[in-house]
Amino acid sequence: MTLIKTKVDRRSFLKTSALAGGGLVIGFTWGCDPIEAAKAPPKEWFDINAFLTIADNGTVTIMSPNPEIGQNVKTSMPMVVAEELDVAWDDVVVKQAPLNADAFSRQVAGGSQSIRSSWKILRTAGAAGRQLMIQTAAKEWEVDAAQLTTKEGYVYNGRKKLSYGELASKAVITEIPEEVALKDPKDFTIIGNSKTNVDMKDIITGKPLFGVDYTAPGMVYAAALRPPAFGTKLKSFDDSETRKVTGVTDVVQFGNKIAVIGSNTWAVFKGKKSLKAEWEKDGKLENTTNHDRELRRLLDQSNSNSVKRNDGNVKTAFAQAEGTLERTYEAPFLPHNTLEPMNFFAHVTDEKVELAGPIQTPQWTQSRVSQLLERPTSEIHIEMTRMGGGFGRRLYGDFADEVAEISDKIRKPVKLMFTREDDMTAGTFRPASKYKFRAAYKDGKVTGYHLTGAGIQMGNSTKENWFPAGGIENYKVESHNLRSNITTGAWRAPVTNFLAVAEQSFFDELASEMGVDAVQMRLDILERAKNNPVSEIDYEPEKMIGVVKLAAEKGNWSNPEPGVSKGFSCYYSHNTYVAEVADVQTVDGEQRITNMTVAVDCGIVINPEAAINLVQGGVVDGLGHALYGDFSFVDGTPQAANFDKFRLIRTKEAPNVDVHFVKSYNDPTGLGEPSLPPAGGALANALAKASGRRIYKIPFTKQDISIG
Amino acid sequence: MASYTLKINGQQKTVEADSDTPMLWVLRDELELKGTKFGCGIGQCGACTVHLDGNAVRSCQLPVSAIGENEITTIEGLSEDGDHPLQQAWTEHDVPQCGYCQAGQIMNAAALLKRNPNPSDQEIADATHGNLCRCGTYNKIRAAVATAAKS
Repeated sequence: MTLIKTKVDRRSFLKTSALAGGGLVIGFTWGCDPIEAAKAPPKEWFDINAFLTIADNGTVTIMSPNPEIGQNVKTSMPMVVAEELDVAWDDVVVKQAPLNADAFSRQVAGGSQSIRSSWKILRTAGAAGRQLMIQTAAKEWEVDAAQLTTKEGYVYNGRKKLSYGELASKAVITEIPEEVALKDPKDFTIIGNSKTNVDMKDIITGKPLFGVDYTAPGMVYAAALRPPAFGTKLKSFDDSETRKVTGVTDVVQFGNKIAVIGSNTWAVFKGKKSLKAEWEKDGKLENTTNHDRELRRLLDQSNSNSVKRNDGNVKTAFAQAEGTLERTYEAPFLPHNTLEPMNFFAHVTDEKVELAGPIQTPQWTQSRVSQLLERPTSEIHIEMTRMGGGFGRRLYGDFADEVAEISDKIRKPVKLMFTREDDMTAGTFRPASKYKFRAAYKDGKVTGYHLTGAGIQMGNSTKENWFPAGGIENYKVESHNLRSNITTGAWRAPVTNFLAVAEQSFFDELASEMGVDAVQMRLDILERAKNNPVSEIDYEPEKMIGVVKLAAEKGNWSNPEPGVSKGFSCYYSHNTYVAEVADVQTVDGEQRITNMTVAVDCGIVINPEAAINLVQGGVVDGLGHALYGDFSFVDGTPQAANFDKFRLIRTKEAPNVDVHFVKSYNDPTGLGEPSLPPAGGALANALAKASGRRIYKIPFTKQDISIG
Repeated sequence: MASYTLKINGQQKTVEADSDTPMLWVLRDELELKGTKFGCGIGQCGACTVHLDGNAVRSCQLPVSAIGENEITTIEGLSEDGDHPLQQAWTEHDVPQCGYCQAGQIMNAAALLKRNPNPSDQEIADATHGNLCRCGTYNKIRAAVATAAKS
């Protein structure tokens, strides 16, 4: 049992107030760490913001503050509150909280951080509610609170019991306890037991949930024509044909774009197609062939800005080596391709700006729209809908800015809809990147390691303090950045989504060159990093060793089934450790991936079935984009615009994914991204074993190897 | 603009629309049946799958003028209260992540089970191959269809 403070300096962490219809509201601020902040007593009460309500019939409503993007937070975050509150999960109703920047400090879906950053806040909120129930019951019974217990929404005094529902109305006059007890994780009954997605019924019966489903009285639709190539701008346009389309009511220019307004989606899509626009050059028209040449040139450069870390003396290590290996790996731009295309709703009036839709970063969007329309943030309200995928794309609210601007011009409630082609070509892409790895070895050990990365607007393209940092004596990491006018941004597991593929492929080939086992080589480096790290490292080698061993065991690494070629990969990202074994079999002369075994250490697993789902999905995503991800530019124009040209992985190409979690009582870490980075490397390594051919470039299916 | 009387989920509905308007947008924008989703508009992703006389079709490729007397069933009309064996299996396996493709997946699988109540694993994979799930829930979709077939 852990005691935890409920109050913070300057503001109260929790506050009660009576609801109009009876019942109790417990407000709590999320995102601040109550332990860190518990230094001084509160001086004032802070407004109620995020809250849980307990009705007189015992039903508990728990608000879920973070955007739901398919990562299950709308189910798993309330599970944490319910666990500490000690209520029956069947009595819980979950609601999506709107953006409330005063109340919630991290209403973001991104970086696999929702659960990790809110874990203590959520627990404390639940535990404080439970303690309040106990104190209220103690007053009722005139007994010492210490002798009372709780279970599933009741306070017990021996055999006597009172329900939270009965206690709720009396609890409002009770002081919020200053210190509350958190459960021992070993006593959890909700956490660790799978709970069905709280939106399940609505999803499987087709209820409106997503941004595209959002409507408002008097709402019109908009589609926008944007520059067809990066480096071009609008010169002129002719909308005479567009205005003839049934249902089209207006055409408005905003900035470099043209919005077609109409009474339904089909009308505005058709109207947009009929627009005749002329574009003119406004900057460089970039080409993938040029990018490739520039990136390769950068890989051979070194300067004081490029060096991110330099341990020992790499030059000497290479000079004294028994053998060396150098390999370069290449990956293209990628669109996110959320299945729900970008869309957003806005209604701008003199009084306020109403926004609604799928967005990973509502608060950032509020501040941008505030600047764009020159309106105070207090006038800008954002409602968050369920998101039909994000993968990083919905971190960027360009579509929200656009619709705000359109509604500001036409002064109507309007829904901006992207076509798939708009969605795939308008940016913001996973940056193209290349990596050059060099290694030196002697006496069966890796003695020198030199990685150089180069990416298009990706900042530091490396993770210099992660594996194998600390485990290799002479170690140097460099990064170069290439500027471009093509908009790039975060794409599920930024940087590592390809860095891991390249790194883990390289280690496999290196082990093969050295004649050592690929898993043992990683363990040797990890043991060194654990016992005697070379300078500082930002990962825990012991946890990595745990997942490496678990995956090797569960995936029969040392004892492969007849006809199966195995590839190994492991990667740490987003505070979670993952190792994977890919099984490739030859079917009709083609290599096919048939199974993936995954070992994960993410601390406590809150909602196991949903966690398995996320891990499987990340693996399938990683495999799919390694196999098929192909996206290039000619004269600034994207060369794929829909799923006929851009291939996404489908069910027959997706192997069975067998997921194993390390049993742990450590605080939970994220799962939205970490299973993706290792997947492509495991596949490449299994393919190499099966075919004798190494793959150095994405997409794998366009390299010199036959993959079914 | 013309007037069309359509049989949708067992009810007669009359809509005004241009003849080339895909059923997808008639369902979503005119009839407020939002369960059928827009994904690609070119029949590649399957998010807009509905039944036309019991067969799975892509409603984004189906002009309203081509429906005639044929009956349309959408996810909203698949079962009385969300208890179709596939809907139950989807719940049991906790299939969705973002959930956007799932109505199309269920409608597609429902048509499969109608014509082949006992599909093999290979037949399930073949029949569901046309429906994209960007979250990669394919393992769970295949398992849920198999469970529904058994029930």
